[in-house]
Order: sequence, then C-alpha cells, then structure tokens
Amino acid sequence: MSVVFKYMKPYTWMMMCAVMLLSAEAYLALILPGFMADIVNDGVITGHLSVIWRNGVFMLGITVLAMATALITGFFTAKTATGVANDLREAVFAKVLRFTNAEVNKFSTSSLITRTTNDVMQVQNTLMMAIRQFIYMPILAVGGIIRALERSTTLAWLVVGATAVMLALMAILFFVMLPKFTKWQSLIDRINLITRENLSGILVVRAFSSQIFEKNRFAVANQDLAANEKFVGVTFAFMTPIIMLILNLTTALIVWVGAHQASAFRADIGDIFAFLQYGMLIIFAFLMISMTFVMVPRAVVSAGRIKEVLDTEGGIVFKKNPVPLPADFKGKVEFRGVDFKYPDATAEDDNVLTDVSFTARPGQTTAIIGATGAGKTSIFKLILRFFDVTGGGIFVDGIDIRDLRKEELHDKIGFVAQKATLFKGTIRSNLLYANKDATEEQVRDAVDIAQSTGFVEGKPEGYESNVAQGGSNFSGGQRQRLSIARALVKDAPIYLFDDSFSALDLKTDALLRAALKKKRGDRTIIVIAQRVSSIMDADQIIVIDHGHVAGRGTHAELMQNCEVYKEIAASQLESS
Amino acid sequence: MPFEEGEGVASKAKDPKKTIKRLIHFLSPHKAALFVVFTFAVVSTVFAVIGPRVMGRVTTILVDGILAHMFGTGLLTDFRRMGWLVGILIVLYIISAITNFFQEFIMARLSVKVTYDLRQRISEKMHRLPINYFDTRSQGEIMSRMTNDVDMISSTLSMNLTQLVTSVTTLVGTLIMMLSISWLMTLASLVVIPISMYIMVVILGKSHVFFSKQQEALGEVNGIVEETYSAHDIVRAYNSETDTETKFRAANGKVYKSAWKAQFMANIVEPIFNFVGNLGYVLVAVMGGWLVVQRTITIGDVQAFIQYIQTFTQPLGEIGAAGNMLQGTIAASERVFEFLDEEEEVPDPQRTEAEHGAEPYSPKGRVTFENVKFGYTPDKIILHDFSAEIEPGQMVAIVGPTGAGKTTVVKLLMRFYELNGGKILIDGINSTDLSRKELCDIFGMVLQDTWIYNASIMENIRYGSPNATDEEVIAACKAAHCHKFIRTLPNGYNMILNEEASNISQGHKQLFTIARVILKNPAILILDEATSSIDTRTEILIQQTMGEIMQNRTSFVIAHRLSTIRNADTILVMKDGNIIEQGSHDYLLAAGGFYADLYNSQFSDGIVEEEAIAS
Repeated sequence: MSVVFKYMKPYTWMMMCAVMLLSAEAYLALILPGFMADIVNDGVITGHLSVIWRNGVFMLGITVLAMATALITGFFTAKTATGVANDLREAVFAKVLRFTNAEVNKFSTSSLITRTTNDVMQVQNTLMMAIRQFIYMPILAVGGIIRALERSTTLAWLVVGATAVMLALMAILFFVMLPKFTKWQSLIDRINLITRENLSGILVVRAFSSQIFEKNRFAVANQDLAANEKFVGVTFAFMTPIIMLILNLTTALIVWVGAHQASAFRADIGDIFAFLQYGMLIIFAFLMISMTFVMVPRAVVSAGRIKEVLDTEGGIVFKKNPVPLPADFKGKVEFRGVDFKYPDATAEDDNVLTDVSFTARPGQTTAIIGATGAGKTSIFKLILRFFDVTGGGIFVDGIDIRDLRKEELHDKIGFVAQKATLFKGTIRSNLLYANKDATEEQVRDAVDIAQSTGFVEGKPEGYESNVAQGGSNFSGGQRQRLSIARALVKDAPIYLFDDSFSALDLKTDALLRAALKKKRGDRTIIVIAQRVSSIMDADQIIVIDHGHVAGRGTHAELMQNCEVYKEIAASQLESS
Repeated sequence: MPFEEGEGVASKAKDPKKTIKRLIHFLSPHKAALFVVFTFAVVSTVFAVIGPRVMGRVTTILVDGILAHMFGTGLLTDFRRMGWLVGILIVLYIISAITNFFQEFIMARLSVKVTYDLRQRISEKMHRLPINYFDTRSQGEIMSRMTNDVDMISSTLSMNLTQLVTSVTTLVGTLIMMLSISWLMTLASLVVIPISMYIMVVILGKSHVFFSKQQEALGEVNGIVEETYSAHDIVRAYNSETDTETKFRAANGKVYKSAWKAQFMANIVEPIFNFVGNLGYVLVAVMGGWLVVQRTITIGDVQAFIQYIQTFTQPLGEIGAAGNMLQGTIAASERVFEFLDEEEEVPDPQRTEAEHGAEPYSPKGRVTFENVKFGYTPDKIILHDFSAEIEPGQMVAIVGPTGAGKTTVVKLLMRFYELNGGKILIDGINSTDLSRKELCDIFGMVLQDTWIYNASIMENIRYGSPNATDEEVIAACKAAHCHKFIRTLPNGYNMILNEEASNISQGHKQLFTIARVILKNPAILILDEATSSIDTRTEILIQQTMGEIMQNRTSFVIAHRLSTIRNADTILVMKDGNIIEQGSHDYLLAAGGFYADLYNSQFSDGIVEEEAIAS
C-alpha cells in the first residue's frame, strides 16, 4: 500500500480539502437532528408554527450545504483516485519500457500487462471508495457520539454502549474474516491455475486418460474455494441481521429509557428524536466502514504487484560517460571470446554461449545457423545489449559496446525480430517508425527491397492502409516483409535479421536477398537462418552448436569440413 | 492474462428469454430452498417495516402523557401500555432478524453450492469436448467463463436476487405504512421522488457517456500496453522508448480526462440521493409538525414517517442496481450454458457385462491404417486414402516440413479427432470399438511441449499411473536417467514444480515426461524428437533414453534426426497435411520422389536456390 500513499503525495492539498469538507459534511449531518429536536420541543409541543417553519428553512439550508460539500468532495476524490491511477499506470509503463529482457522474462509479458492495467484499476476503485468511507464515516461516528453526549448523558451512554457492542462485533468479524479474504484470492488463483493447466495440457490429459484425476484435482480446489466462500457467506448472513437487530434494539431502548427520563423531566422529547437519529447515523457509519474493508485485501495485493514492478531495477546499466562513436563509423561487429548465461540461470545450467568469436565485416553477409535453441538469437540480443555478456566482449569498430550510449548503439543497428510485429497505425507510420525524417524515396526503396511494393501499392489506400494492433490484418509473410522494410528505412550501418525470411517462399526469399545485396551490399549484414538455402551465398557462415562455434566458412567449405553443418543440411528435410 | 472485472455487465444476452428459462430450470432442484428464502425475505422485511409504526405509538403515548402532565389534565405516562408496545417491538425485531438470518444463511449456502456446481461442470465439460473445439477457441475465452461469468452469477445469487425481493417488499410495505399515517404527507414526499428520479436519469445518462468514453480510452491504453510489451525488443532496439511513452501518455491522459468525470458522476449519486432523502425529511418534519399542531396526526406518527421516508429512497436505487446486475448475469449465464451445451466427443462404445468381464486386453502393438480419410474440417480433406500396416516392434518415422501436419497422424491414432472415413485398427480391433481409456492406455506419448503441472516431481511422474508406488516411480526415473539429478534437487522427489516449471530446465522436464511414459509402460510409443533449448549433456541423455525405450515397442517418432530417419522401418513423408510418400529410407531414395528430392537438394549446392532466382 505504501506505493499508493507515495503516489498520493501530489494530491495532498486535495486530500486536505477533502478531509476538511468531509468534516464539514459530517458536522452538518450531525446538527440536522438537533433542529428536528427543536421543532418537536419548541414547535410541535408548544404549538408554535413559526418555530417549525424557521427550523425547517434552516434544515433545508443545511441539506443544500451538505450536498454542496459532498459534491466538491466528490470532485476531489475523483480527481485524486483517477490521478493516482493515472500516475501509477504511467510510472509502471515507463518502468517496463526500460526493462531489459531479463526483467520482462522474470514477470512474463502477460503478468506485466495485468499489472499495468487491471491492478491499477483495482487500486483506483478501492481508493475511490476508501477516501470517502474511511474519512467521512469515522468522523461521523465520533462526532455523533460527542453530540449525543452533549445532549443527555444517560441516553448518550446507550448510544455509546450500542457502538461498543458494534465495534466489538466488527472486530471479531474482521479478525475472523480477514484471513479468509486474504486466502480467497489465492484459492481463485488455484482454480485458474488448474483450468489453465488443463487447457494447455488437454492433449496430455486425454493421452493419459487422466480425466478422472483432473476432475478430482479440480474438485479439491473447488471445494476449498467453496468452503471459503461458504464461511464468508455464512458469516455475512450472521452479520447483517445482528447489526440491524442492534440498531433496532437500541432505538427501542432509547425510546423506553427516554420516556422514563422525559416523564421525570430529565430529557426533552425532541432529544429522543435526536438520539434515534444519532444512533442510526453511528451504526450506519460502522456498517459502511466494515463493507468497505472487504475491498481492501484485494487492493493491497494489487498495490503489492505494482510495487514489485516499480521496485525492479533494470539489470543493464549504461555508462555515465560513454565513448562517442567516430563520425566515419563503419559497422564492424566483433565477438571476442563471448560467454553468456541468462541472469536467472542456476549455477549448474550450461552457458547459452561459450567462447564465441567471429567478426562480421562491412560489405559482407554473415550468416548464423544452428539447431533451435543453439543460442543464435542470444547473439543478437547481446549485440543489442538486451543482455550483457558474462565473459569476453562485443566490439563495434573496435569499441566495446558497454562503453556506448544506448541510443547511439541502437541508432547504428537495423533489427528485424524473429516474430514480426507491426504497430497500430498505417503502413506509412510503421515504415517511419525508426526514421521519422525518411524521404518518400527512401521509403519506397526500402519497400522495394523488401519485395512489398506489389501488395502495398495494390491496396486501395496504399501506404495509408490501416494496420491493426500487432499487424493482425496482414499475413505472416506480409508482416515479415514490412518489418524488414521498416528496418531498411532506417539507414543503418549494421543490419540484423533474426530468421526474418522464414515466412517467405523460396522465390521471394531469394529475390529479397538479391535486392538486399545490391542496395545495401556495403553494410554489415548478419542473418540468422534456419534454411540452409537462405544462407548458402553468404560470405561467411557461423555454425552454432550448443552455444559453441562448431564451424566457420563458406557453404562449400563447411560441407567439406563441418559435421554439424552437414547434419543440419541433411535434416532440412524437416524444416525446409 | 487480463480478466476484466465486470466485463459481463456491459454485454447483453442474445436470447434473454431462453436463458432465463434455462437459469430457472438450472435452479429448479433448489426450488424448496428458494421458496423458503423468498418467504423469509418477505416476512423479515414486513416485520422490519412495521417496527417504526409501533415505535411511533410508543412516542405518542409518551408525548400525550407529558402533555397531559404539563397541562395537569390527567395521569402520567401510561408505562404499562408502553411496556407492552416496546415488548411487541422487540419481538418484531427479533423475528425479523431471525428470518433475515435464515434467509441469508440458506441463500449463501445455496449460491456457494450452485457456483461450485457450475465450476465443476465447466471443468468436467472441458474434458469431454472434442479436441477440435480447442483449435478454434482461445484459452482466455474458456477461462473467462470459468472466472468472470461464474463470479457474476454467484454474486447475483448471493446478493441481488434476495435484494430484489427485499427491496420491492420494503418499497411496497413502506408506501402502505406511509399512506396509513397520512396521505397528505405521503403525497408531499412522493413529489420528491420524480424530481430525484429525473436528476438521477440525467446524471446516470451523463455518467454513462463518460464511462463509455473511459472504457474506450482504456481500450486504447490496453492496446498500447499489449502492443508495446509484446514488441518490447523492437521498441528498445529502435530507440522508441520516448516516442512510445509520449503516445502512451496521450492515451492515458484521455483515460484520465473521462475517468475522473465518470467517477465524479458516480460519486455524486449518493450525495444527491442523500439530499433528496433529507429534503423529504425536512418536508415531513415541517409538515408533520404543522399537522400535529393541527391535531390531525400524532407526534409518534411523524416520527414513524420520518423513518419511513428515509428508507423509502433506498430501495429505489437498489432495484435499479440489481436490475442492471441481472442483465449482466443473464448474459453471463448465456455464455456458460452455451459452453455446457457444446457438442461432446462421440461416446465410448456400449458393451455388455460379458464383454466387460473378458480378459484384460493386452496389446501387441500392431497398427493398421485402412483407407483413412481425414480433414480438420469436412470440406478440407487432407488425408485422402491412407493405408499402412505397422508390425509390432516397428519404428515409424514421420518427416516433413514445419507445419506439414506431422502430429495429425499421432492425433488420429489416439482418436483426438474422428476420421472422416476408413479406420485405424490396433491388433485388428477397430479403435472406435475400444473405450477411450483402453485406447489411451495402449499409447505413451512424449510431446515437444513438455507438460508439467503444479505438484511435486513424484506426482508429476506418477501422472497417468496413479497407482504406481514410490519405488516404481524411482525405478522409472532411473530408467529415464533423471534419478541422480532429482536427488540433487532441494526436497528431491518432493520438490514442487511451479506453474511454468521455470525452476527446472527444459531438458529435465523432457526427461520427466519420458519417465512418466516409462512408468506407464505402453505397448506403443509416440515421441517427438524436437528438443529445444536443451544443453548437450541432457540431449545425449534424452536421445539415449528414447532409444532404450523404443526397443521392442511399436513407435511413432516425429523425426528430426537423420539417424532416426535412416533406422526407421517405415517413413511417412508429409507435406501440406498430406502423407505423400511412405516406405523405407532406401526405398524412398530409390523412388526419387519428394523425399529423395529434399534429401538430395541439401547436398547439391542449392538447386532450389538457382531455380528460384532464375524464375
């Protein structure tokens, strides 16, 4: 919860105003029964109509005032709750944006999405309720007791007594219920977990004919949840009637005791009326407080999840005083004895990459090939410094990339990821993603190299065609080509293609590579590929096998002397 | 996975009448309980509504007594009569509390039971749906029924349903009571209601506009969040952090702009209701005072009336809210029933007692495909007329490009999908004549996607052989070469594997699933050789173990290794979902078809390549 309070700081003055206004509102609510008492005492009983009218007008005025304060408080509360939510959302988003792969993996993408959206909403909703109920209601309750004590001590003690009973009851209920409420979420999580497991493992469940086992496993979790729900439900079933009973019995007692007092002229009749009102107000206040408390445990969990994100520091620190890149940057990429292991790997896990050395030169195409999971993609992630090497170093034009500014490093690289995603907008907005100042010619040139001119210009709206979130309105091949074009619009000295031709048919693949060689032949091009056919004409092929460099050379050379390469080539029966 | 709360509220049911009928039918076993609940709700409310009236009498006696005393015209307060009335009052309240308690108690238990039932039904239904159902539905869709929709129904049952009964009873009861005291005052206070209703409609209308604007803006924000988080690498690699943040801030600002207004509107509903309530209170106080002075009504009546007017506005709001919830609940129920009504798998064959009592079937492992015809959708048949005979102990390698449908054959073997024609025989028995359990017991399957569930290693390996002893599990792990590794883990066999099993490497998970199959000891094996992100040592172990368990068993291998393919007795070559060639390695090479082409092309310096460029 501390994180929420921290984010409430900018709204301190609003909260101060809200507290003052709520106090005023409570005060107004509390003096209302007094006027009623006066109407009875000085008006009704003595038959003075003017007193009735005068007090009536006062009461009306107070009611209007109370509403006005409530409206203004509503304004401050709404501003604060949504403002805090807004700031939190922005802070979480900004934080996640600067996470590296390691932190994203730690939380998982879907969990980060939930934390940014649902959890923040949960906090907002609770805050909304809590500000009013937790400030107004206690003031009302305490004020009510004070007012009651001012009027008549004996009757006031009745109200105080009833309040004490209520408080005791609430305390007991709270301590009985709180653990159940806290447990609730984890029981629901368990149900969700088993359902998700059953869905993802549906084939396995069928294959092992474990339907009965799964049914029982779910039933156990379901029973636990139901037992918890039953406990909460039954306790609530006790609570409401008992609170109502206390309220009602208190009013009966007030009337009974009040009658004796009034008959003995120790209290006014109007006071009895006023006390009935106070009693109701106070008990009602406690009821509302207890209802709102129900929401708190869930919000605390949400706030905790948000805090976890905000407290996570990115694992990669960029240098305070970076080395500037030379003006005539060429783009030579050099791996010198690179070792790499994921930050969350255990000691016994093997390195993802071990002693990887190679040089990718400008004007050359360097291809990286190896089985799935051999560590190819890690090589790109290291060049982009999404991770840091655990041994050795990576150099561009002889400068260690750890000495560079992040922006400068990434400026020099055009990167096409394995999974081609586009952003919501238009084709043009996507193409300009990396280079807002690109000329029309540059854009068309890039689209042309990426073999996309046909389908882009074939669309009725051409470059202005709409792109849905993630690019879901384009086929895999089109998405892939557009993401290649996006990289090419950026005039980078280094291009990284991570298995970016996989969704293309052989012909397009070949045409694209030919065009790339012609138009961008002077750059450093590094290609990760699965298809031997895609890389056979590369100047240099690096074969990665279980994180080691198993071979280096041209296709012809490797077919002669590299067993792993030969095996991969042979196995292309599988993935050609 | 994000599950929006209250998602159901917004959506409307397609056929509310039918769903309501279904819902009533679904609740019909609880008819008696519901009847008791509703009766008790009415009784409790009626008694509670009578209370203030009796209290008013008490006050009147008191005031009369005091007035009499003041003007010296009579006796002091009649405490005997007052005592009686207070006694009656207390009894009324106690009865009301008891009935109220029982009503809530029964309803709470009932709603828990119904919710439990619904969850259980949904979960069990999942296991009876044909696999192809899951091909077209997202996991989130089914999850949402289990969570959001069931929650919605549950909260309606536990709160809104009786709330509705109580609210209506209170409304009617209070109105009757008010009228019985003074029609003039009732009229005066009723005048307030249309005014308040009008104000409410205006406010709710406005707030609805802001709420939908907020939802829209939130949708945009969620879109940006999802898009950005899933393309995290691209955003970072293109130095777009600042741009993305600007974009997000703009969208987030839009949320804020409509959110605070929506929340403000929602916030002022209560004060305005209070105001209207208070307005009535003042009106009644003034008017009542005047009427008392006029001696038209007693002072106790005024006091009772004040209590009634304060409770009168409350049920109005409650009925509105409950109605809204009911609408959402009907939509939620519709989705749940839709799921429960989905067509299930073809049922297992019915057999007579005698057949059941027969010797337990011990499979040899002969598999025959006889003119098998299959398509995931009937209008797109991919296997046209596939026949093959696999002898016990033979190895079948399934090869083909990614996405060629290599797992199709496996899925058909285990009858995850129904054939469109032909049959698959196991030891000469048509697989549709076996129960699913019998059929699945014949097979052991190790898929690329290692499936581990949230339980200990011991339980994970015992999956599918629930009766295996600890010793048998350990023996299986020894055979799968993972015993030593498990021994090094904290808690050993009792170590709990977490949700994504991220505390264990992929390779070891694969070994666990192999151990699982060893323990099951099936006649026929199905293996997927693809191993991803597995370190060298483990991969050698896996290869070795797979080799060992394939001995003397019929096996179907989704082959990725040349050595496996070469050693296979039969190779099924798949392309675009179809089996286009079958035979031994040598036979297929000699035949010079697709297999031979592919096999050779890898070694002939890019024939494919040059052809492509030339064309």
